[in-house]
Amino acid sequence: MIDGFAISALYALGATGFTLIFGVSGVLNLSHGAIMVAAAVAAWAAASVLGVGTYAGALIGVAVALLTAFATYFAVVKPIQDSRRIPNEEKEIFVLTGTLLWGIMIQELIAYFFTNNAKTVLPIVEGVVEILGVRTPQNEIFTAIVCCLVIALLWLLVNRTRTGKAVLAASMNPRGVTLLGLELTNIYIVVWAIYGILAGIAGVLLGMFLGVSSYSVGPLTASAFSIVVLGGLGSVSGSLIAAFVVGYLETLTAYLVSPAYRTIPALLLLVFVMYIRPQGLLGRR
Amino acid sequence: MSTFFTSRLFFISIALVLIAATLPLYVSGYVLGLLTVAFYFGVFAMAWDLLFGFAGEVNFGPTFLIGVGAYTAGILNAQFGWSVYLCIVLGALASVIAGLVLALPALRVRGPYFGLTTLVAVLMLQNFIVVFADLTGGEIGLTIPDVISINAGTNYWIALGFMTISAAILYGLSQSPIGLVLQASGQDPVQAGALGFNIVKHKLAAFIVSAFFSGLSGALLVFYFGTASVGTVVDVAVGVNVIVAAVLGGRRTVLGAALGAIFLIVAGEFLRPTGELATFIVSAVALLVVLFFPGGFLGAALSREARS
Repeated sequence: MIDGFAISALYALGATGFTLIFGVSGVLNLSHGAIMVAAAVAAWAAASVLGVGTYAGALIGVAVALLTAFATYFAVVKPIQDSRRIPNEEKEIFVLTGTLLWGIMIQELIAYFFTNNAKTVLPIVEGVVEILGVRTPQNEIFTAIVCCLVIALLWLLVNRTRTGKAVLAASMNPRGVTLLGLELTNIYIVVWAIYGILAGIAGVLLGMFLGVSSYSVGPLTASAFSIVVLGGLGSVSGSLIAAFVVGYLETLTAYLVSPAYRTIPALLLLVFVMYIRPQGLLGRR
Repeated sequence: MSTFFTSRLFFISIALVLIAATLPLYVSGYVLGLLTVAFYFGVFAMAWDLLFGFAGEVNFGPTFLIGVGAYTAGILNAQFGWSVYLCIVLGALASVIAGLVLALPALRVRGPYFGLTTLVAVLMLQNFIVVFADLTGGEIGLTIPDVISINAGTNYWIALGFMTISAAILYGLSQSPIGLVLQASGQDPVQAGALGFNIVKHKLAAFIVSAFFSGLSGALLVFYFGTASVGTVVDVAVGVNVIVAAVLGGRRTVLGAALGAIFLIVAGEFLRPTGELATFIVSAVALLVVLFFPGGFLGAALSREARS
C-alpha cells in the first residue's frame, strides 16, 4: 500500500508538470521522459562519479532538468509556435514531432555518454522502518512526502500568488491575458520553469526509488501521457486523481495477479474512459 | 489531373522508378534488402499522409493498422498453413475491419482526442500480443514458415512495384474530387459540411483506404522478414518513424512521404559506422528540417518550382 502510494505520488508529480504545460500553452511535450531521465542521470553522475554528495547531486539533477526544459522551449517549441510558414491548425502536430525528435536526441546522447545501463541514484535517506509490520524503506516514505509537499507548494503557487494567477488566467483565455497587459511569453517561461523543476524532482526521486536508464524514456512519456489523458488534458486536479488510480491499479495487479500484466488494467480503464468520456475525468472540451 | 501527366513531377517520378527498377542488375543483395524494407515503409508513410495531410486527422497509431494486418497474415500462415497470397489478402481485410472498429467511435471525437484514441489502440494491441503469447509468439516474435521469395531481386521488384502502384492510387485519390473534399473537411469541417458534403463518410473512406494499404504493406513485410514481432510492426517507436517520415518528406504531398521513409532508412544505415550516434544524427537532421523547412523535402522543392 505504501509502495503504491509512493509510486502514485511520483506519477502525479511527473504528470502534473506535463498537464500544466498543455493547459497553459497547448503543448504536448513528448520529450517529457527524456527530461526526467536527464535529471536522474545528472544526479547519479554528480553524486557517484564526481562525488559531490547526495544533496548537491539531487540539486544538480533538478538544475539540469530546468535547463533542458528551457532548451526544449527555446530551441524547439517557440520557433514552431512563432513560425509563419506553418499553418496554425498544424502547429500541434509539428510541436509533437519536434519534441519527440528532441526527446530521442537527448535519449541517444545519454546512451552515448553514460551507456544504457540502469543507474540508481544514491538515496538521500537510507534504512528501513517497520510500519504495521511491513518493512518499508525510508526512502519510499521520503519520496511520498517530498511529492506531496511539492504538489502542495504548486497548488499554493498557482492559487495564491500573482504569478500563479496569471498562469491560471493564461490557461483559460490567452488573449484576455494579453489584453490585461501581461506578456504571454513571460508566462510561458514561468510555466516551463515550473515544469522543469517538477520533472527534475520527479526524475531524481525516480532514480533513487527504481533506477533509470535511457530505455526508460519512452515508457515514462507514455505513462505521463496516459495519466494526463485519463485525468483530462489540462486539468491538474484530474491528473492527480488519475495518477493515484493508475499507480494503485498497477501495484495491485503486480502483487495480486502477475507483474507481467502490470499495465493492462490501467490501459483498459483508459480505453473505457476514452469511449464514455473522451475529455477525461475532469477535462473540459 | 490532366496537367499532372505533363508536369515535371510526373516525369521525375517515372525516371526515378525506372532507375530503381534496374538496380538489382548491379547492386548487392544487401542494398536491395535495405531498399525493400524502405519501400514497404514508404507505403506506411503514404497511407498515413492521406489521413493526416488530407483528412486532417492525426493518427498516432499507424502501427495499429499495420500490426493488425501483419499479425493476421502471420498467424493464419503459421497456425493454419494457408497460402501466402490468401494470408496477405486476409491480413489487409482484417486491417480494414480494425480500421472501421477504431474509426467509427474515434471520429466522433475531435482534434487531439482522436490522436489519443489511436495511440491507446496501439498500446492495447501491444499488450494483447504479449498476453496471448501462445498464438502470437509474444515478445519474442512469430516465426512464419513461408516467405514470398528468397531471391533478393524478386523481393525488391515486388516491393518496388507495390510501392509504385500504391503511390499511383493514393496520389490519384488525393488529387481527385474526393481528395479535394477531404482536404476541405480537414481544414474547415463546418464549411465543407455546409456545402453539402458528408464529412464523416469521406473521412471514414479515407480511414479505410489508409487501413487497407497499411495492412497490405504490413502483411507483405511480414512475409519478407519471415517473422512478425512487436518491435518491427507494432511498437509506438515504429509508428513515430512513420510520422516523422511523412512530415520530413512533406505532408499533403503523398509522394514526399515515400521519399521521407526511404531517406530515414537509408540514412540510418549509412550512419551505422558512427554507432550509437546514428539515431541522434538522423533525429537532429529531421528536427532541423521540421524547424526550417516545415513543408518537407518535396514541399520545399515544389514551392520553389511554383515560385519560378
